[in-house]
Amino acid sequence: MTLRVGTDDVRGMLRDPMKHARGLGSAQAGVGHWWVQRLTAGALILLGGWFVITVLSLLHADYAMAHATVAKPWNALLLILFIVTAFWHAVLGLQVVLEDYVHTRWKEVAAMVAIKFVAVLAATAAVLAVLRIALGV
Amino acid sequence: MGEFALPKNSKIQPGKHYPAKNPKKPRNFRVYRWNPDNDENPRVDTFEVDLDDCGPMVLDALLKIKNEVDSTLTIRRSCREGVCGSCAMNINGTNTLACICAIDRLKDGDVKIYPLPHMPVVKDLVPDLTHFYAQYASIKPWLRTQSAAPDKERLQSPEDRKKLDGLYECILCACCSTSCPSYWWNGDKYLGPAILLQAYRWIVDSRDESTGERLDDLEDPFKLYRCHTIMNCTRTCPKGLNPAKAIADIKKLMVARRSA
Repeated sequence: MTLRVGTDDVRGMLRDPMKHARGLGSAQAGVGHWWVQRLTAGALILLGGWFVITVLSLLHADYAMAHATVAKPWNALLLILFIVTAFWHAVLGLQVVLEDYVHTRWKEVAAMVAIKFVAVLAATAAVLAVLRIALGV
Repeated sequence: MGEFALPKNSKIQPGKHYPAKNPKKPRNFRVYRWNPDNDENPRVDTFEVDLDDCGPMVLDALLKIKNEVDSTLTIRRSCREGVCGSCAMNINGTNTLACICAIDRLKDGDVKIYPLPHMPVVKDLVPDLTHFYAQYASIKPWLRTQSAAPDKERLQSPEDRKKLDGLYECILCACCSTSCPSYWWNGDKYLGPAILLQAYRWIVDSRDESTGERLDDLEDPFKLYRCHTIMNCTRTCPKGLNPAKAIADIKKLMVARRSA
């Protein structure tokens, strides 16, 4: 196992192994991330099911029909919820992947910030698009 | 990044072959060897063992090899009955205790024996568990109370005592932790299934009064939440315990003490 806290491999060195095991202590966080990840996963089972059925119903539809479907209030509402939940869940999931595998701190932070920026940008753009259709502006 | 290939000096070389003399029931044991005292890469030696003249367990075969073929073969062992956890190693791809791993229950072919995965190796089949033990000590694995000590022992109902079943049996052999990919990639901070099961053993103990502090200490993206319910721990535990469930129960308590 690679020891990463600090720059020294403490095994056999001057520090007691306990110093390394305790590390920086508990971050007092993580439960919120875990809970919201499950909450959004549960919501996506329902919203994802609705989204797939809706998209399948539009398979042979023309632009006007697709436009009219999205413009319906319930469809617009559920679509916005689906977009927000999906991006939120994706960010939480990608965060876990980065924390698991990217062990260079600056790369981890840079990737996380980039992912969050892209997710917020894409989610806002998608929601705006739905709103324009739904509100007819 | 995650380590998917061995470093250059850990690449395993072909080793020596030690045939048995006129074996009636021969079986090959392919054993990982590494000596810190020379600059050689690790190698895998093949020892042919006559099972007709050997005890039933993998540990018996290893001790027979050590006694009769190569005394430099280095292993940890003590109780030879699955209680001490010393002889934990990777046998045919599964972490288990050599002393309770019956040779004739392993699938046909060579028996492949390696040290516990992804730990620094001290020599041959002996891993360095220093950090693992320090992590265990870090969860303060003893009864912590606020109330004054009673005149006699602290009492516990049979129902509360039952909550410790499936937990107290853990012998800290490290089979589960070293089978966990999360522990491989982030073992410096992630406590791993064995230590978390031990932490839960004290969290559910009705006599312990530091439950909140214990949960505080675990509430961390790395110490606890690196567990992704991969379940290798439960699959490999030679004592048949379920560390994954203990970890899930800790996560439930974390949610239970906050507003949803």
